[in-house]
Amino acid sequence: MTSATPDSFSSARPDAISLGPVAWAKKNLFSDWFNSVLTVVIVTTFGSGLFRLVSWALTTAQWGAIPNNFGLFMTGTFPSALYPRIWALLAIVCGLAGLSWGVLGRNVSTLFSRSVLIGLAVVCAFIILFPPTRPSSLKLLPMVALVAVAAAAGRQVARKFPGVGQLLSLAWFLSYFVALWLIGGGLGLTRVSTNDWGGLVLTLFTAVSGIALCFPLGLLLALGRRSALPIVRWLSTGYIELVRGVPLVALLFMGQVMIPLFLPLGSRPDRILRAIIALALFSAAYLAENVRAGLQAVPRGQNEAAASLGLNTPMTLGFIVLPQALKIAIPAIVGQFISLFQDTTLLSIVGLAELLGIGKSILANPTYLGRYAEVYLFLAVIFWFFCYAMSLASRKIEEKLNTDH
Amino acid sequence: MTQFQTEQPSAHHMTAEPVIVARDVEKWYDNGFHVLKGVSMTVYRGEVLVVMGPSGSGKSTFIRTFNALEPYQKGSIEVDGITISHDLKNIEAIRREVGMVFQQFNLFPHLTVLQNVTMAPIWVRRWPKAKAQEVAMQLLERVGILEQAHKFPGQLSGGQQQRVAIARSLAMQPKVMLFDEPTSALDPEMVREVLDVMRGLADSGMTMVCVTHEVGFAREVADRVVLMDGGYLVEENTPQEFFSNPQEDRTQKFLSQIL
Repeated sequence: MTSATPDSFSSARPDAISLGPVAWAKKNLFSDWFNSVLTVVIVTTFGSGLFRLVSWALTTAQWGAIPNNFGLFMTGTFPSALYPRIWALLAIVCGLAGLSWGVLGRNVSTLFSRSVLIGLAVVCAFIILFPPTRPSSLKLLPMVALVAVAAAAGRQVARKFPGVGQLLSLAWFLSYFVALWLIGGGLGLTRVSTNDWGGLVLTLFTAVSGIALCFPLGLLLALGRRSALPIVRWLSTGYIELVRGVPLVALLFMGQVMIPLFLPLGSRPDRILRAIIALALFSAAYLAENVRAGLQAVPRGQNEAAASLGLNTPMTLGFIVLPQALKIAIPAIVGQFISLFQDTTLLSIVGLAELLGIGKSILANPTYLGRYAEVYLFLAVIFWFFCYAMSLASRKIEEKLNTDH
Repeated sequence: MTQFQTEQPSAHHMTAEPVIVARDVEKWYDNGFHVLKGVSMTVYRGEVLVVMGPSGSGKSTFIRTFNALEPYQKGSIEVDGITISHDLKNIEAIRREVGMVFQQFNLFPHLTVLQNVTMAPIWVRRWPKAKAQEVAMQLLERVGILEQAHKFPGQLSGGQQQRVAIARSLAMQPKVMLFDEPTSALDPEMVREVLDVMRGLADSGMTMVCVTHEVGFAREVADRVVLMDGGYLVEENTPQEFFSNPQEDRTQKFLSQIL
């Protein structure tokens, strides 16, 4: 048979043509004279910048300000005698993080793939080679081990009991109150005044509290703005537009100065609590608009289908509309969380010693005069780490919720 | 017209007992457009009624008033003995008894096929989960998608999705099924599988009101065919008479355009 029958065509997808590195560079970087010039200019500009940064970091920079003040950066003026409580908190978070990793990864063939092992090794090597905190840096190694062990354990448990994920969510929820107890004391622990809360601990605490408060508030505002009841709609819209028209700094100052004015004498809420409330009230207005965008993206047919089945409004909202709307809005919502996290730096303006405030006070110390670049670079890396973690988590959630195919 | 229904019992187990009685229904859209100009129609238990008409004639809007998806301003509609009012409890009670299948399927994309079908029985009928799932699996088998029960709607073809939508409505054990152009959004090769399911449903004695352009289906399955145009009910007839000997000029013109 000479004529081609359908069977004679291969049904396999042809391999993508793979280019060698030279051919790849020629195709993508040096295809004509203009691209070649662009490539050379960009590579030299960025290359020299990177080279200078690295050589500065390794030779000129004096990193002493970081390890000498590591306790300050992490906890502010928290009494050092009570550091074991912070270590305990770190251990709880590491344990839960490891368990969550194991539970989420229960279906992958191995948790400790080559890239993960390399990552863990790099972290350990970094802790040993550049001890960030002088007397007790080796305590960080058991934390890394704890994450790994908890991950392995979490995976085993999750394979036997698939329902353990919900238990873990509950554990995360409870850990917030345990954290509050370990930091603030009470119930048998020495009390630590909120004036002594500071550093990364304060940054994370305000960010987590702010996020936890602003999400339900934003959700209610978004629903209120679409409500059929005119008064609810006007109030929600008015709140959103009002708050979005005011800068956060102004709101923070108002929180510090004005909230006490409105309350009866003697019931002066803590200033960290006031800051958290101001942060949450501010972010909720933006979050509401993100959620509303998600709500509007859900087709009207979904409401009609739910209604035609006899589902009432709360059921339709809870089972049909909100799950879809929130899924659509995840990137925008996480973006709002990230910006709330970064907005905590503004608390330094109203006199709270969060991470940036601590950095500033260390720079005011004559010993570390002029170490701006080192300190701010260190702070930038910390902020980047947490923001990137949130962004990564949001991408994982999006993948998990994708039901298109 | 109704007179003649009682004289000629149809192929289906039709009775003289009315399930839906619409009297002089009038509706204006918010922009003032007068979409229904006094439409009266009675649907009897066990019959299959096909509503035809050009686009913009108000036929979809009309059947959507039967389960209060569209409010109306004048006239009255009675479903299974309950008159539609503005009371939410009353509307929910009617919607429990009236199933609806949409042109765009409107399956819940974030739930599996099985969850789509069991959602309403579990939360509205308050059935135990096991019972809801058992009934759902029977229905999915009946519409021929048992193997896809644990997939998501996005993983199914249009025809399969529409069959799931039919099963989802049936799971509530409705007394009437409304079909709003169920095959209009389908690729041609999938129209038949959906029509076959609807045909089976009609044979089982379900009361059905179908807005459709499928002439073959109307001819073979319908007990009555009505034509709507410009917000009026123009003609109501048996399928044989409707297609071969229409009484109204408007019907003749409509048929000449679609046949």
